[in-house]
Amino acid sequence: MTETTSPEDDIVPPQEVPEMDLYHPHSFLTRWIFSQDAKVIAIQYSLVAISIGMVALVLSWLMRLQLGFPDSFDFIDAADYYQFITMHGMIMVVYLLTALFLGGFGNYLIPLMVGARDMVFPYINMLSFWIYLLAVLVLVSSFFVPGGPTGAGWTLYPPQAILSGTPGQEFGIILMLASLMLFIVGFTMGGLNYVVTILQARARGMTLMRMPLTIWGIFIATVLALFAFPALFVASLMMMFDKILETSFFMPAMIEFGEKMSYGGGSPILFQHLFWFFGHPEVYIVALPAFGIVSDLLSVNARKNIFGYRMMVWAIVGIGALAFVVWAHHMYVSGMNPYFGFFFATTTLIIAVPTALKVYNWVLTLWRGNIHLTLPMLFALAFILTFVNGGITGLFLGNVIVDIPLSDTMFVVAHFHMVMGVAPIMVIFGAIYHWYPLLTGRMLHNGMGQFHFWVTFLGAYAIYFPMHYLGFIGVPRRYFELGETTFIPDSAHDLNAFITVAALVVGFAQLVFLFNLFWSRRNGIVAERNPWKATTLEWQTEHMPPTHGNFGKDLPIVYRWAYDFSVPGAESDFIPQNMATKDVKLAEGMTVADLKAEKT
Amino acid sequence: MIVALVLIFIALGSVVFHVVNPWWWTEIASNWGYIDDTIVLTFWITGTVFVAVILFMAYCILKFRTEKGRRAHYEPENKKLEIWLSVLTSIGVAGMLAPGLIVWQQYVTVPENASEIEVMGQQWQWNFRLPGKDGRLGKTEIRFVDDDNYFGVDPNDPNGQDDVLIEGDDLHIRMGKPIKFLLRSVDVLHDFYVPQFRAKMDLVPGVITYFWITPIRTGTFDILCAELCGIGHHEMRGSVTVEKDAAFQEWISEQETFEEVQAAALHRKLNKELAQNELEPRAKN
Ligand code: HEM
Ligand SMILES: [Cu+2]
Ligand SMILES: [Cu+2]
Repeated sequence: MTETTSPEDDIVPPQEVPEMDLYHPHSFLTRWIFSQDAKVIAIQYSLVAISIGMVALVLSWLMRLQLGFPDSFDFIDAADYYQFITMHGMIMVVYLLTALFLGGFGNYLIPLMVGARDMVFPYINMLSFWIYLLAVLVLVSSFFVPGGPTGAGWTLYPPQAILSGTPGQEFGIILMLASLMLFIVGFTMGGLNYVVTILQARARGMTLMRMPLTIWGIFIATVLALFAFPALFVASLMMMFDKILETSFFMPAMIEFGEKMSYGGGSPILFQHLFWFFGHPEVYIVALPAFGIVSDLLSVNARKNIFGYRMMVWAIVGIGALAFVVWAHHMYVSGMNPYFGFFFATTTLIIAVPTALKVYNWVLTLWRGNIHLTLPMLFALAFILTFVNGGITGLFLGNVIVDIPLSDTMFVVAHFHMVMGVAPIMVIFGAIYHWYPLLTGRMLHNGMGQFHFWVTFLGAYAIYFPMHYLGFIGVPRRYFELGETTFIPDSAHDLNAFITVAALVVGFAQLVFLFNLFWSRRNGIVAERNPWKATTLEWQTEHMPPTHGNFGKDLPIVYRWAYDFSVPGAESDFIPQNMATKDVKLAEGMTVADLKAEKT
Repeated sequence: MIVALVLIFIALGSVVFHVVNPWWWTEIASNWGYIDDTIVLTFWITGTVFVAVILFMAYCILKFRTEKGRRAHYEPENKKLEIWLSVLTSIGVAGMLAPGLIVWQQYVTVPENASEIEVMGQQWQWNFRLPGKDGRLGKTEIRFVDDDNYFGVDPNDPNGQDDVLIEGDDLHIRMGKPIKFLLRSVDVLHDFYVPQFRAKMDLVPGVITYFWITPIRTGTFDILCAELCGIGHHEMRGSVTVEKDAAFQEWISEQETFEEVQAAALHRKLNKELAQNELEPRAKN
């Protein structure tokens, strides 16, 4: 463990480059609106992401109402339903989760946790947000154009996406593609910033192998996104050409309701390859930051170093690399060459190994810990449970032959909601409860938090666990109504109604959470300086909340990894990263030698 | 305390739910029982891991919950344990992958004696084409499609003349005989899905995809579309009847062939022209 903790005589590398000058705002406008401070940009990103996420949440209620009580809602017709699922899915995955994890948490935490004053390109960082906002507005505008938003499913598969049998084929699909392209442009600006900041602007002594796992998760997720999003960008552009200029990238010769079309020679499967070359890494773009953050939440609240830190880092890197060679597991029934199945099933199941190791290390972190069941900890535990549950159903769907009966059924819907919906969102909640005091100086209300936690956790499990069984029966996904079938028993309809009720209850709990966010801003208990007794740098700033420039006159110097909890010999049960060994208060009768002895 | 109990309840409750709940797959009607077996195997391997992880977590919470004087143990890593866990996990994963790939090998290897049936999807209807006496299907192309040639069968291909066409109606197949479904779409993606067969595959315009099954019991089963194909996706239904050879022969002999359909179309056209010719002179006067 020599590279993670440093003995007193460890030399702190000298400063290699002069500190950069920050642009200091002079007016309300440059301080809060066109701000170049990553922390403000982070909050802007988060607010927009959560707002648009609320739209997706409301859409999910409407969908659930339709599925649970198919004949009761005249105002939802099939076209609406398909538009709802499409917008819901796309918003949740891209405009909420990606934006919140990278634009929100990334912006806030990267400079603070690596010990930098700001992102290295603050101006570009600001542009990134404004382009993101534009992308969101373009997306929202599609609700108001003739024909409404696209109903092609969030996967936007051509030819269907741009033909007349699909709602929103007039303008909705064009706006969707335009919005995605804008999002990618905006993300690229931010993403380059995150990567360069992590690689170039770390505080002295903050070696890569001393970085908190939160930063590792966000870092690798950003790298994935920078490689993956271009595939979506070109796919969107090509589809836009197919739609507007009638090129035939994805369009073979076809008949549209009896009429021969002018297209010919294109390949719909090519689009699927491009989409999933983006789409699979996208899963990890959402998951890796969650992995990182949850590791830190567990460690802080168990007062114990994360178990197997180096393994955790390599698992993140390994998963990130493997994420690019598994994409076609989404295409087992797409009609691609069936022999691909052997390759992609194998890579997909291999990726399960580093993933499982991460799970083991999380639970092993609890072993012989000193567990504080704070709200962030509860969410972290809920993450482990839902992630393991969603992860194992991934082993069903990744194993090509098992996927055949299950693909395109509600089993898939249950799987991906559990693993990339519920689980990462548990982490987001945990993270918000954890860092809210840093942002506002106040704690979130505990009672409301407990209510929010229990209803969300148990409710979400009640929604998605039984849903797998609808998939086993064979209930297909993306069905406006099931109609008459011989194989779906009546009890399945009762189950659907139950799931709808659970979804509405869970949705309601989110309103309590939002209320808590606003209420505690003024009325919450004033937080201590470092309320969770964390080791990482963001809690060691001069001011809390940190001001522009993050750290006071001097940047912190880092002497150790982020996980020096309960170090034998030390009096306190944590040693901040920026505390030199000579400053560590020793427990009675201990010498510095005792401190070191345990660490190697 | 409560947290640990809830975790234990969820872990064990999920297993109990799995065993007692009434929702499970419908009785299989094809040879792909192996798929069901692989699912069950996967369920028990992964289920064990799930329960073990959650129970371990619950135990830790009970045992190591904070109390006065407790201090966490300091142990950055444990190589041996980590290696052990990697090896065990790899074995578990291989234990699911290997049987899976063996069954997949069978799935992609179509028996020589399989008879071919074409499934043609179109928004939002299922159509089928069965080879006639020659046992071969004629070629098709989008450019041959018109009102009278729904399937786009090449009129010059001798193999196509006796093809049996089923337009938007039920399909019948023979029990116990392997069938290779050739899947084709004239417009968007669809997916030919019969839950009782377990198998499914997309229909993709521009290419012909396939899968094969051997029906193992008689009955009539729903055909659903499992790939979003537009606003009528959920209404794209059909049904397939598995029956004994004699019943099948009777059914197929009642269906129209391409030749017959073409002849009927020609007949209609001639009649129409005739009627028009009779009408026109009168109109002129
Ligand atoms: C309580 C919260 C949620 C509820 C009740 C919910 C409900 C639903 C429902 C009913 C569907 C349509 C299923 C179908 O008929 O095929 C759906 C689709 C989907 N949801 Fe959610 N959802 C929730 C949260 C999320 C989250 C957090 C994500 C982020 C990963 C997400 C991602 C998706 C995606 C990608 C689809 C697929 C859309 C498509 O088929 O094109 N959902 N959701
Ligand atoms: Cu994937
Ligand atoms: Cu369909």
